[in-house]
Amino acid sequence: MATPHAAGQPVLELKGIGKEFGAIRALHGVDMRILPGEVVGLMGDNGAGKSTLVKIIAGNFLPSHGEIRFDGKAVHFARPIDARAVGIEVVYQDLALADNLTAAANVFLGRELKRKLGPFAFLDHKAMAARALELFGELRSETRPHDLVKQMSGGQRQAVAIARTRLSNAKLVMMDEPTAAISVRQVEQVLSLIHRLKEQGVAVMLISHRMPDVFAVCDRVVVMRRGEKCADKAIDDTSPEEVTSLITGAKEAA
Amino acid sequence: MATPMESPITFTNIGKAKWWQSGFFASQTGYVLIALVALFVVMNFASPYFFTEGNMQNVAKNFSFIAIATLGVTLVIITAGIDLSVGSMMCFSAMITSMVMTYISTPGTPGAEWFVHLAADGKTVVANVPGLILLVSVLAGLGVALMVGLVNGFCIAVLGLSPFVTTLGMLSIVRGLGYVVSNGRGSFPGGPDADYFYALTSGVVLGMPVSFIYLVVLAVAMAVVLHHTSFGRHVFALGGNEKAAALTGISVVRVKVEVYVICALAAGLQGIIISGWLGSAPANMATSYELNVIAAAVIGGANLAGGVGGPLGAIVGCVLLEVIRNGLVLAQVNSYWQQTLVGVIIIAAVLVDRIRSRMA
Repeated sequence: MATPHAAGQPVLELKGIGKEFGAIRALHGVDMRILPGEVVGLMGDNGAGKSTLVKIIAGNFLPSHGEIRFDGKAVHFARPIDARAVGIEVVYQDLALADNLTAAANVFLGRELKRKLGPFAFLDHKAMAARALELFGELRSETRPHDLVKQMSGGQRQAVAIARTRLSNAKLVMMDEPTAAISVRQVEQVLSLIHRLKEQGVAVMLISHRMPDVFAVCDRVVVMRRGEKCADKAIDDTSPEEVTSLITGAKEAA
Repeated sequence: MATPMESPITFTNIGKAKWWQSGFFASQTGYVLIALVALFVVMNFASPYFFTEGNMQNVAKNFSFIAIATLGVTLVIITAGIDLSVGSMMCFSAMITSMVMTYISTPGTPGAEWFVHLAADGKTVVANVPGLILLVSVLAGLGVALMVGLVNGFCIAVLGLSPFVTTLGMLSIVRGLGYVVSNGRGSFPGGPDADYFYALTSGVVLGMPVSFIYLVVLAVAMAVVLHHTSFGRHVFALGGNEKAAALTGISVVRVKVEVYVICALAAGLQGIIISGWLGSAPANMATSYELNVIAAAVIGGANLAGGVGGPLGAIVGCVLLEVIRNGLVLAQVNSYWQQTLVGVIIIAAVLVDRIRSRMA
């Protein structure tokens, strides 16, 4: 399947990214490129440096070394909002949803649509509900904008969190363990959501422990071990067995 | 080969919640309101005096005396915070207001010449601009509330101290400052604007106590702000999931400081109104009122865990407390039972909510 910008420049490029926390070297010399519309699986054991890498890209930490280029330009993110401003959205493992608010309110949290009325700006409930419904439709999720998030299934909640990334035309969506805590049927839904993003030319980075999910949706898999990238292979050129041995260190590199 | 996006979304598996299972009717505020209506009916039969105009005015006046502060505390509770300093704040604002009023109404004190002069008879004090003294002294009272709110907000939002401990400390600090500035004596609103002051705090307009009118206006404003502005939305989000609020770019520090400031201002205003009704601001005024205020907020459905609450609940809680107090007096029950009953109601209201959410 041809993506709109198939052979174009990478949406995200990391060059020699390293990060130290005091005496601990969490990341060392990580290079990576992600093309638009590409789904990359990021795998590794606990402590391999996946989360640190994601947090650096998302603007939670500044890297100690190396350069991040986004859309061809070097970027420095001091805060997560800076990363979001250029088009990087993150679906956090705990989804970062406010349970007591409706689906629509969560989608627009911090980016509410408003209507001016004299000197006051009031929330435009109608427009937000309509846009949220549209997004849920695009994601094929049966989610009502006015339902409270606390009454929703895991898959619906995931859809709300993902819909949030579709508000601004994000170019890269990173998902941290989106399938870790949900049922089999909901896993299917989430994977199809990822397909949907890919169809729209969005690059996706999927951080997951679940081998079947990674092999089901990813074009490429990147394996981290002890803070370094030890493999970066097209999904067709590898196998779950090989990836497992790369993660555990049974196989040094590929 | 994009799949068609035009096909409308269907809800085959996701039913719509019935109207009585969602929104207001399923909230604690909803059934406490029902309980309140039932109580009104019972009281109507229990005492012929309950529904008289005089008694209704009395009830309206009495509950408005804590209800404005309850609105403020409810706002703080929605963000999963707490403000224990409201009782002290009421006293301190009232005290500052009446002290400033007395001070600038006394000819001869430095600065007073801007506000008053002596009439030709050499005794009567006349205001230079009618109402200015009132305005300045009320602003002074609200000004100290603003500062206390800022300090509360700074300690909690910026320094990250626990709201309980911060405002417990502030309870003591503000009460202490009240004793310091007044030397333990009460102060009285005096001077040429005192009549305006009493009219604006304990007067009656169209058969309604003015404090009740302020309450209604402020409650409506709060409802609009909570449900129709992004500030209100962020207040709820903060109480629902503070980490999520921060990750979505909401300025958590700013929202928190704002709610503590609003709460302190509401308490200050409440104190000024109470002092108009009492005719003075004694140094021990409104002692332990914070407990009544928090009790009313909680009965009305504000959840101390955050994320739930509203102005209607605050008012319903206050009315319920007052009707019970009033009802026990009319029914000639020993008034010492009142506190016991209030405690039972606090637990019962929260218990009913608990049972309901278990069943749902």
